Amino acid sequence: MTQRRKALLAFLLGPGAGWLLLFFLLPGALVIIYSILTRKDGGGVLWIVDFSSYAKLFGPTDGALINDFMIIFLRSLWWAALTSAVCLLIGYPLAYFIALQPAHVHSSYLFLVLIPFWTNFLVRTYAWKFILNNNGLLNTLLQDWGFERVALINTPTAVLIGLVYGSLPFMVLPLYASIEKLDFDLVEAAQDLGANYLSVFRRIILPLTAPGIGAGVVLVFIPVSGQYIVPTILGGGKVAMLGNLLAQQFGPALNWPFGSAISVVFMVLLMVGVVFYLRSERRDGEAGL
Amino acid sequence: MAERFDVELRTVTKRFGSFTAVKDVSLGIRQGEFFSLLGPSGCGKTTNLRMIAGFELPTAGSILLGGKDVSQLPPFKRNVNTVFQNYALFPHLSVIDNVAFGLEMKGIAKNEISKRVSKALEMVRLPDSGNKKPNQLSGGQRQRIALARAIVNRPQVLLLDEPLGALDLKLRKAMQLELKELQRQLAITFVFVTHDQEEALVMSDRIGVMDHGVLRQVGTPEEIYDRPADRFVADFIGDTNFLPCQVVDYRDGSAHVQVAGMTMTASSDHALTANTDAFLAIRPEKVQMYPAGASHNPDEERFAGVIVEEVFMGTDTRYVVELAPQTQIVVRQQNMNVASSRFALGQTVDVGWEAVFARVLVS
Repeated sequence: MTQRRKALLAFLLGPGAGWLLLFFLLPGALVIIYSILTRKDGGGVLWIVDFSSYAKLFGPTDGALINDFMIIFLRSLWWAALTSAVCLLIGYPLAYFIALQPAHVHSSYLFLVLIPFWTNFLVRTYAWKFILNNNGLLNTLLQDWGFERVALINTPTAVLIGLVYGSLPFMVLPLYASIEKLDFDLVEAAQDLGANYLSVFRRIILPLTAPGIGAGVVLVFIPVSGQYIVPTILGGGKVAMLGNLLAQQFGPALNWPFGSAISVVFMVLLMVGVVFYLRSERRDGEAGL
Repeated sequence: MAERFDVELRTVTKRFGSFTAVKDVSLGIRQGEFFSLLGPSGCGKTTNLRMIAGFELPTAGSILLGGKDVSQLPPFKRNVNTVFQNYALFPHLSVIDNVAFGLEMKGIAKNEISKRVSKALEMVRLPDSGNKKPNQLSGGQRQRIALARAIVNRPQVLLLDEPLGALDLKLRKAMQLELKELQRQLAITFVFVTHDQEEALVMSDRIGVMDHGVLRQVGTPEEIYDRPADRFVADFIGDTNFLPCQVVDYRDGSAHVQVAGMTMTASSDHALTANTDAFLAIRPEKVQMYPAGASHNPDEERFAGVIVEEVFMGTDTRYVVELAPQTQIVVRQQNMNVASSRFALGQTVDVGWEAVFARVLVS
């Protein structure tokens, strides 16, 4: 019996465990190891332990408060936070709207939210470039309607539009899942007890859908903080984010150890964030949510 | 001047699309009254309650609270509170925070809130549950907390939507008496929605019986039971025998009708026209049964029949007596004698009743 159970466990867990080992743990370990090796001209690493990549990353500030690398770090975090916030502001009403519709049309609405995934993200981002270009769709329309043209392409605004566009479904889906579970009798109960619309939202709906907000923010924040495609195509390389810095190190600069060090520091930062999130989730769970 | 009611519905109609949930209901509920809306599911009683609470707006007509028209006010601007069927306690808040919610929304001072919350928890006899979350409570306890959460606000009217429906029978009976007692103490008007006729009879000062969106009858439990306005009310509340009859004549609440070939006296609250087809309604426990040929009260109407069914039910026995082919009547006899001296299956008997208990119902 126990023999069979072990075989069954191995059969069920094996593929997943193998996947994690091959595509997560091994590459992760490789990146950590690379980050403490020596740069080799023309790419690759020399197998000599060297912590200078970290020294460079946290290194001299040339008189400024922080060095340029840290500025890119902070900028990436800032962009990720801003994107999450905008996605939340757009996604929450949208998810709420879908959840309020009759149940049989829910899947149609969710389908509409998911349709963009049928096209490659790179292609869709180029489509945005076409829309936002100085002679693009938007400006042509603006001109036809008698408005001033707007210079959007290669600006932070264009990057934000692209990031929000690409991330919105990841915000809407977990939000929908938690709003859909909400017992709307509680809304009536709160109104019955004298809560106006704002109080009902603040005291009842928001706390009860907080898990969805948390999940949505995590799903948007983490991928966006490492985004490469959007800042490159819509920011024209002028809005450098972490992804661009990394690409530069592994590409033109051919400094693999430094690129690895950047990855390691950022991974640690995100992990700390996620651990805090999960712990607060568990506390809520124990509190009877 | 018309009587001033605590809650008043004036020709209220509520339609959902093409479905009419409440049809032209007018009703006045007095201050401090325990009023029940009784009817089968889908009869519109809950819709009525939800319109008083403000969750639904009437399609036509108006709703008054304490003489003021509140028809178009949102729920949070009405001085009523609701105890929901599923309790609707806030799962993320402790019992104390649940009960305090309404007071906080009114902006009442913190120390006053905590005083009133503890008092409310004492009133529902759960003074020590304050720090628990709703999911740590039993069904009966949740019910009490839902009650505390409502009464702590001292509403003008307390609305209760089948609040005892989810409790088991024993707990339900205990809560019925407790609710009634609480209502006496608080002297708040209670509007209680139920489909359980016994519950309504036990608890209410007055009952409104609804069917298919129409308010069929309003009256005290005794009035509803003893003088049902129509066949639906007579049928829904308690057991009733309906014997097809034809009106012979009517004068001053008293009628002569012909039943199974016999002319007899019966009573009616409505004027009746001769030759109308109607039903004679008579409660099984109002029917007396005698051995065949026994001497009898001359005021009583009397039929001869044969016992065709006998069901022993403990405190009493239920007999079915056939008076004529196709005409049967149910009789309930209290079991005051030893088994051997009771009536038996197949026995020929006389059944009779006083004219005042036989009601002629046209519809």
